[in-house]
Amino acid sequence: MIRSLYIAKTGLEAQQTNLDVVTNNLANVSTNGFKKSRAVFEDLLYQNVRQPGAQSSQQTQLPSGLQIGTGVRAVAAERIHTQGNPQQTGNSKDVMVNGSGFFQVLMPDGTTAYTRDGSFQTDNNGQLVTSSGYVLQPPITVPSNALTMTVGRDGTVSVTTPGTVAPTQIGSIQLSNFVNPAGLESLGENLYAETGSSGTAQTSTPGTNGVGVLMQGYVETSNVNVVEEMVNMIQTQRAYEINSKAITTSDQMLAKISQL
Amino acid sequence: MDRLIYTAASGAKHILEQQATTSNNLANLSTTGFRAQLDTFRAVPVVSEGLPTRAFVVDNTVGADFTAGPLQVTGRDLDVAVKGSGWIAVQMQDGTEAYTRNGALQVSPNGILQTANGQTVMGEGGPIAIPPNTTVTVGKDGSIASLTTDTVPATSTIVGRLKLVNPDQKQLVRGDDGFFRQQDGAPAQADPAVTLTSGALEGSNVSAVDSMVNMISLARSLETQMSLLKNAENNAAKATQILALT
Repeated sequence: MIRSLYIAKTGLEAQQTNLDVVTNNLANVSTNGFKKSRAVFEDLLYQNVRQPGAQSSQQTQLPSGLQIGTGVRAVAAERIHTQGNPQQTGNSKDVMVNGSGFFQVLMPDGTTAYTRDGSFQTDNNGQLVTSSGYVLQPPITVPSNALTMTVGRDGTVSVTTPGTVAPTQIGSIQLSNFVNPAGLESLGENLYAETGSSGTAQTSTPGTNGVGVLMQGYVETSNVNVVEEMVNMIQTQRAYEINSKAITTSDQMLAKISQL
Repeated sequence: MDRLIYTAASGAKHILEQQATTSNNLANLSTTGFRAQLDTFRAVPVVSEGLPTRAFVVDNTVGADFTAGPLQVTGRDLDVAVKGSGWIAVQMQDGTEAYTRNGALQVSPNGILQTANGQTVMGEGGPIAIPPNTTVTVGKDGSIASLTTDTVPATSTIVGRLKLVNPDQKQLVRGDDGFFRQQDGAPAQADPAVTLTSGALEGSNVSAVDSMVNMISLARSLETQMSLLKNAENNAAKATQILALT
């Protein structure tokens, strides 16, 4: 009936999505290893009411046509995998990746998931697990009589036990990286799964192939920038208002027509 | 029949069309790299045997506003914004070349540089392949460097250069998919004068003020058309009254 009503509706929907993404980022401002998302918009198809450049007669062409855009849509909530800040905790089981790699964890269904959250704990078998209890891969079992545990920059995990002077190596943490980390599927619980668009996981020893090095005693904080999100929220709110104003105006125009 | 109602109706009809364009601009306030649509009204005089008293109105898309949008710093390595005028060339699915100002680039699973929608970004020597396990930086001139941090010192290799073009704005038309192309369909020449800012995106160049004012003004002109139609109706009613036999 009147195009501008539906077009402004797409604008409202897009701004709503934008606000959803912003609030999710703000809610996760203290989540370890969280990577912020960004809503990506694109303009919808254009309707060519009158084709520019068409022949208006044998000799002449239309200098300009009439193209009506049909609005906007949200195409992606793209994760931005920039490095978060290191926060020193002093806890020996906190390990942070300084670089682009991901820890691998084994899910209960046998698949592998990836995480940036390196605040590990030990389970009842002494295995290093995430806060949700998923076992780090390759598995590392800390002996019950271990006094200290050390994680080297290259992922080597060693422990000292009573009565032995030299530390014993008990395993090595491996990191995976992806050609397109933005293509990973978010599973919640700080976990990601490999998809067709992320490319297959390339597993390497920390310090090689650009996966980054490990830092023990640190956690990686969320990379959400609160100021940036607040500015985004203000902008989203105003854009929402403007689009709702467009709906009101279109409605008033329709009312004028119906009063004829 | 009175001619006034057709003149006023043509005005009302095309005001609604232009309102659609204004709404589209407002809906795309947050679309990265969006160029505002420009519409104008055109008078089409009615040539007939009588006096040239009337002109119909037609809404026309005259093009796009090519002024630069605001820069938003994102800090992401693969976000680039074109400084001033210029375009990033992308390859469409059918192999033709199109131009965009949206510089949110990504790497495909096969390591090819592409846009957020999956169009391959054109390099000066074809698509740009990013070697695995490297960090990518985009230079001011569009050169793509891949940095390996495994070696000390880190080594950087140039893997390609984005095709940046700056064709005559009069030659650029917007396609139905929102990408711009040259009117004759031919690919534009790469222009070394176009420069980029990396770690930033260019916002939409829609001016909320202009669009809002335009929207209000269109709404008021529609009211004027409506009152003209009302007038025509009253006139006709009066005439019918006079001509009535009783």
